[in-house]
Amino acid sequence: MKREPVKSGELAADKRVEGFDEVVAAYSEEQALSESGRCLQCKNPACISGCPVNIDIKEFIFQVTRKDYAGAYFTIRKTNNFPSICGRVCPAEYQCRKACVLNKSKLAYASSEAINIHFLERFVGDYGMQHDLKVLEEKDIGLSKIKAAVVGSGPAGLCCAGELARKGIKVVIFENLQSCGGVLRYGIPDFRLPDEVLDYEINCLKDLGVEFKTNVVVGKTILLNELFQQGFDKVFLGLGAGVPSFLGIKGENLCNVYSANEFLTRVNLMSAYKFPEYHTPVNIGEHILVIGGGNTAMDAARSALRLQKMNGIKPEVSIIYRRTETEMPARRLEIEHAKEEGIKFKFLTQPQEFQADDKGFVAFLSCLECKLGEADSSGRRKPVALPGSDFEIECDLAIIAVGLRANQLLSAVTPGLKTDEHKDLLVDKETMQTSLNGVYAGGDIVGGEGTVIEAMGMAKRAAKAIIRSVKIN
Amino acid sequence: MKILSKEILADCAGSRIVKLTLDAPEISLKARPGEFVVVMPAEKGERIPLTIVEADTKARSIALIFQEAGLSTRILGGLSAGDNLYVLVGPLGHATEIKNYGRVILVGGGVGIAEIYPVAKSLKEAGNEITVIMGAKTKELLILEEKLKSLADKIYPVTDDGTCGRKGFTTDVLEELLKEGKYDLIYSVGPIPMMEKVAGISRTFSTRAIVSLNALMVDATGMCGCCRVTVAGQVKFSCVDGPEFEADKIDWDELRKRNCMYQDKEKHICKLKFSR
Repeated sequence: MKREPVKSGELAADKRVEGFDEVVAAYSEEQALSESGRCLQCKNPACISGCPVNIDIKEFIFQVTRKDYAGAYFTIRKTNNFPSICGRVCPAEYQCRKACVLNKSKLAYASSEAINIHFLERFVGDYGMQHDLKVLEEKDIGLSKIKAAVVGSGPAGLCCAGELARKGIKVVIFENLQSCGGVLRYGIPDFRLPDEVLDYEINCLKDLGVEFKTNVVVGKTILLNELFQQGFDKVFLGLGAGVPSFLGIKGENLCNVYSANEFLTRVNLMSAYKFPEYHTPVNIGEHILVIGGGNTAMDAARSALRLQKMNGIKPEVSIIYRRTETEMPARRLEIEHAKEEGIKFKFLTQPQEFQADDKGFVAFLSCLECKLGEADSSGRRKPVALPGSDFEIECDLAIIAVGLRANQLLSAVTPGLKTDEHKDLLVDKETMQTSLNGVYAGGDIVGGEGTVIEAMGMAKRAAKAIIRSVKIN
Repeated sequence: MKILSKEILADCAGSRIVKLTLDAPEISLKARPGEFVVVMPAEKGERIPLTIVEADTKARSIALIFQEAGLSTRILGGLSAGDNLYVLVGPLGHATEIKNYGRVILVGGGVGIAEIYPVAKSLKEAGNEITVIMGAKTKELLILEEKLKSLADKIYPVTDDGTCGRKGFTTDVLEELLKEGKYDLIYSVGPIPMMEKVAGISRTFSTRAIVSLNALMVDATGMCGCCRVTVAGQVKFSCVDGPEFEADKIDWDELRKRNCMYQDKEKHICKLKFSR
């Protein structure tokens, strides 16, 4: 008997937009059993190679069918430290689900028939969290005198810290901001990843003995070489991508033109949506435009719409994207949710210039229409602007979400720390060691913007190499 | 992050200028003139950038001087010795390039006087001839006069109301001095209109002018882009590319407007929290 894919429960769209509550509900046990039962348990499972960290998906799904949820949890944790986080934010339809044999789509992303691996992963991850299964400690007496500094507390830093600490290495995490989590804290909104999930994982690391030092900027407060002088044997740099890119068009510095990083940081990290109880303000417009087609654009648009709703403004948020929906790099679920919540999409539209009112606030965005041309190096069809197709869109607040570049705060002041032409750190692909001995790196500061799970994959490789190198010496 | 001591430098017409000395073991060792820190007075507070006015490597402390203007500075000014700040992070930004330029004029307006002090001190130590023009609304607000007097070769106090020194504006004095003699550098911190005027004068007299900007910031490490300014047609982040820039290259109109972006919200929150 062929069973239908099981969708997770969701908060109704009209309720969601009234606040920042999590949208996707966890599978019930019944749902998890039903969905896992659809898995064909392929002899040669393609899904595993579709996963950037090669989770034994076949095995963990099998364990779910046997109701061995703890077993499933530890199967995932062998290669992925944070199943509750990845189950919520992984673009599974581009990765494991795309590779699933049940997938019927020829597009870049999977069709609904593919097993909902991410929902199952979240079910298992949340089970682990609720039952406090934590991480398998494999303390190695020989490593107990080793000290490692982890710079940055985003996905890469947290993952590397966990991997080192469970082997008995003393780890200190240094973080610029007042709270830990990096992009998981300041970037991804609560309605996708509640703070409690992140806090749980951070507390697990604390239980493992990891020490967190917030409000420390390595490269400013402490220099990299001083970490070694302070007794650290190894350093891992999980600095993140950091600096927001802009469009480079006229009027981009007008009032109420935000980078997505700034907008989301104000809302998420600084709780500007609770202004004036919290003191950091964020402006809200009546006609909000978000430029970009990735997850950050979706997060910014959906946050902005919630702010309109919470402030009694008739919701009106549009996403401006140069290509069409098919080429959008965002998770399909986020696009779907955005549409359900009332976000409008203006495809094949290229921003030309922001125009101001008399006080210097943005008032209009002039644009050109595009058509799709030949495929570019990314394999996506390139947008070609049509001359003479100029038009204006009303806009009193704009959010630019067109990607990030490397932050050079540390590399600029650290002699010998080599970077590539994008100012990303150069590393050995096997060990993730940088050009400096004993200094490793992973996440977006290596190879540019990627996903949470890719960052974790790099962090794991670095942790392995660190452990190997201290064992040899 | 503990406040070691607090001093009210000026208290006049409802406006206070406060000096906080903070326990800052790591920052004090690294701080150089021109750099700043970010503070959050309390958990629900804003992240605000403030220039490091003094760094004492022996006492491992730093001093900040600010005027109580909006909500956050008023909350900060309401703290006492023994209290802890929620966040203190730094030093941030690029330090001033300290070398022997020759003859340097430093122009400080309002609380900007405090911000030129560490730069004036270091430039003096580097062998420069130092001329200080310090301006404020009225005598009581003219802070650090003794300290600046002791290091400056020449000092010109100026007040809007004439209660101390010259009556008028700092830029009037600047213009006169540049007419009379040749200077190698102008360094200025103060309200935007004053710094913009300094930029104009420096252009007229072909004298290089550096200003330290007070753009709004959030993370202050290059992550958000809130503090972006246009300098010589290029977008720069004040936090990581500045806070100092060549005065005559700055798009002042843009900076002035961007710094007023939250005026309505600021008024609203101040009314709410201080109306009782």
